[in-house]
Amino acid sequence: MQTIQIQGGRVIDPSQNIDMITDVWLGRGRVLAIGGSSETADIVIDATGLIVCPGLIDVHVHLREPGDEPDETIATGAASALAGGVTSVACMPNTRPAIDNKGAAEFVVLQAQRAGKANVYPVGAVSKGREGLELAELGGLVEGGAVAFTDDGAPVSSASLMRRALQYALMFDKVIMQHCQVMELTVGGVMNEGFESARLGLPGMPAAAEDIMVARDIRLAEITGGRVHIQHVSTSRAVELISEGRRRGIRVSGEACPHHFTLTDECLKDFDTNFKMNPPLRTADDVAAVIDGLRDGTLELLATDHAPHAREKKLREIDQAPFGIVGLETLIPITVHGLVEPGHLTWPEVIRKLTIAPAELLGIPKGTLKPGADADVTIIDPNIKWKIDPTKFVSKSRNTPYGGWDVKGRAHTVIVNGEIRYTMPGVEHRNRSNPTA
Amino acid sequence: MSIAPPPTPLPPPTPWKLKHLLGLEELSIQEITAILDTAESFGEVSKRSRKKVPALQGRIVFNLFFENSTRTRTSFSLAAKRLSADTQDFTASVSSLSKGETFIDTAKNIEAMGADVMVVRHPTPGAPHLLARHVSSSIINAGDGAHEHPTQGLLDLLTIRKKKKKIEGLTVGLVGDISHSRVARSNIWGLTKLGAHVILCGPPTLVPKCLEKLGCEVAHRLDDVMHRLDVVNVLRIQFERAAGGQFPSVAEYSHFYGMTQARIDMARSDLLLLAPGPINRGVELTPEVADGPNSAILEQVTNGLAVRMAVLHLLSGKFDQKPSEMGL
Amino acid sequence: MTQPDRILCDAARLTAHITSLADQIASAHHSDIPLRLIGVRSRGVPIAERIAHELTTRLGIAIPVGAVDITLYRDDLTGSGRWPVLRGTDVPFDVEDAEIVLVDDVLYTGRTIRAAMNAVCDLGRPASVKLAVLVDRGGRELPIHPDYVGMRVEVSPTAIVRVHVAPHDIDEGIFQIERPKQARK
Repeated sequence: MQTIQIQGGRVIDPSQNIDMITDVWLGRGRVLAIGGSSETADIVIDATGLIVCPGLIDVHVHLREPGDEPDETIATGAASALAGGVTSVACMPNTRPAIDNKGAAEFVVLQAQRAGKANVYPVGAVSKGREGLELAELGGLVEGGAVAFTDDGAPVSSASLMRRALQYALMFDKVIMQHCQVMELTVGGVMNEGFESARLGLPGMPAAAEDIMVARDIRLAEITGGRVHIQHVSTSRAVELISEGRRRGIRVSGEACPHHFTLTDECLKDFDTNFKMNPPLRTADDVAAVIDGLRDGTLELLATDHAPHAREKKLREIDQAPFGIVGLETLIPITVHGLVEPGHLTWPEVIRKLTIAPAELLGIPKGTLKPGADADVTIIDPNIKWKIDPTKFVSKSRNTPYGGWDVKGRAHTVIVNGEIRYTMPGVEHRNRSNPTA
Repeated sequence: MSIAPPPTPLPPPTPWKLKHLLGLEELSIQEITAILDTAESFGEVSKRSRKKVPALQGRIVFNLFFENSTRTRTSFSLAAKRLSADTQDFTASVSSLSKGETFIDTAKNIEAMGADVMVVRHPTPGAPHLLARHVSSSIINAGDGAHEHPTQGLLDLLTIRKKKKKIEGLTVGLVGDISHSRVARSNIWGLTKLGAHVILCGPPTLVPKCLEKLGCEVAHRLDDVMHRLDVVNVLRIQFERAAGGQFPSVAEYSHFYGMTQARIDMARSDLLLLAPGPINRGVELTPEVADGPNSAILEQVTNGLAVRMAVLHLLSGKFDQKPSEMGL
Repeated sequence: MTQPDRILCDAARLTAHITSLADQIASAHHSDIPLRLIGVRSRGVPIAERIAHELTTRLGIAIPVGAVDITLYRDDLTGSGRWPVLRGTDVPFDVEDAEIVLVDDVLYTGRTIRAAMNAVCDLGRPASVKLAVLVDRGGRELPIHPDYVGMRVEVSPTAIVRVHVAPHDIDEGIFQIERPKQARK
């Protein structure tokens, strides 16, 4: 295997509190060293002016396989991840059929290995068939490779099932990731309930539908000692509840998605289905609260909720179109736009939420550049300016609200297991020992 | 001899560029006024023995109705016919669409048949806006879910303007299910733009407080506001809302919000009563009130025709000064 | 507004032309058929009113005047971003079996008059329709000829001939304006 020297970049590794200009050495699929090495490099990557960090981890993506391959496959989704600078993803089990048994989890792992792109970790369903009635075989799922559990796409509505899931998952020290939505309060809803929904005549989904379940599940985590992770936090009250829970020592964490800290429900004014997501875009106050939650550490993670949908599915009346947007390939620039440029978070803070924090949540040996760790590295060009063009996405789907945005920051080079698997258009790395290769 | 240049009328703020009528929210005061003025002059055509002008000869107006509505569809058809356009109805249920052909596919087929104008009624807010982005025909929103019903709003404005000789400064009450009413939204935008004070009245489940941000007053007790109203527009209640628990029973709704003679008597004597119809006699309105001296319900229907003729005419772009005035 | 390039006729001559039109109409009129004037909006209307005033003096009977708005009858509309002004047709008498004289300010292509005839015929069946114009500038595109003409002028096809008449304008007269370069698209 080749030895790679990433030279002169700003190396940021929050797992070791490193933020300095230095070299990173990779070889034999591992991190060899930070700084100097006695090895000879086959490939030297000039990282001057670039950020070098552990490969980014996205704990919340939908890869649609099996069942909805026209939207995305494990291979195209994993390739899309690389194009977004993400080396590891955790994929949600709301496929058809659901990933609710060992064989289904193994299928995901196998397809990801075949694809040879980003690492893909399956998240198993909490309930059989994601029907919310009986626990799925969580132990089998773990043995099949599942790193966490969720019924995402829908919540675990039953409080008693949620309680049992939190208890039972303790056996494997795995987290239950919850999509918080009290369904009775959101019947027919397509957007946030409030002034904008009243203006547009669209059925709303009140913030309280999220808040109530966040409160319930934090309390259930408290009485069970289980671990609950609140997915795609979108309301100010949910941020407060998580903050309060964490202060009280409850094992609760939360993630924020780029669209929830950059867009509001006003964006739906033209009924564009690329602004239809669940949880819905909320108000400016909620956006501010999510940003505050990211700043003060209440929300430990950034995740995309990458939700690809084929064009014809989104090109429908707004109530018929599915929820969700693609997110992997816009993760870095939209995070720069929403968090770094306005000064809400520093680069090391952002990178923590995309590396060691998600690795610890899932219990996977990733998210660090400690010598001996897997050689997953993302090199980011933080200053490059470009225009988001959905037609150039690596993902199979194009459903983004950010099309046409002029943005800054992009994945420059992405290395997985010591192999360069993605380079930005126009970037090339030559092998010194074998220049023709 | 020096000749002073001839006086010119004040130029309008922007070029007339209305291609679609999707809602009153996006219209300017000048555009609304131009439509109402045009509709008033169309009133004359309807009074002729030969009620037809050739303005839209050779043009095709398609009615795309994905929701039942005999009245609105008939009114649009007749308006188009009075302007000599060819009209064609396309009626389909949304459920039949979902079997394969999408809404946009359907519209593109109709566009391919040469539709110049599509009059669209659809149960989903924004459906006409979606079409406007994907077909080149002019789109008229004939009601999109609970969002807007602009020609209804315009005909209500026209009826008020003709009866009261003005709109600015009037206090207009909208009574009923504001939350789920496209008629209410179009009325709210039109009335507030033209300077009326709007009071929304109904139970809090149907008239949420946040509607105040639209520039309206929200009231829940009709008896408290009746005496302040110059105009009251009584919206239709959809009975299924009761089934959905938005209010306990039709009887209780009628008790608090039904327009009875007793309530009319609380108001000033020249109260103008409007109802977008079809009304449930005995629920929103008692028969004596519906047929009483304050009611302008049938004039609304007549004005509806004039407004729809005006809109079809104005969206066609077929108007200008005389050629001689342009030197042609 | 563009400055006129040429004055074709001043206020006094304009009044003389109107008088001449009244003379021509009076001498051709048969007293057993009711005579009615209909002005084509907008400047045909005040001209028709002034002709009617003179005719009333000459014939000793009141000659009623109506107005047609031909917007809805046009076949040559451009929709060039102008604001719509529909002033409406207002004919307060029966056209049935009457001698109708259509009155307009400038006769050019004939398309306006064709539209005005259609508009009048939609109101009923007149005994006859005649045409009176203050200015005939030639350039017909349809087989339409005026019965009564105030004055004839020869101007280039690109010129605009504009009649100013009260109450629309304060400075009465007939003017020639050369069209600004990009006015016609």
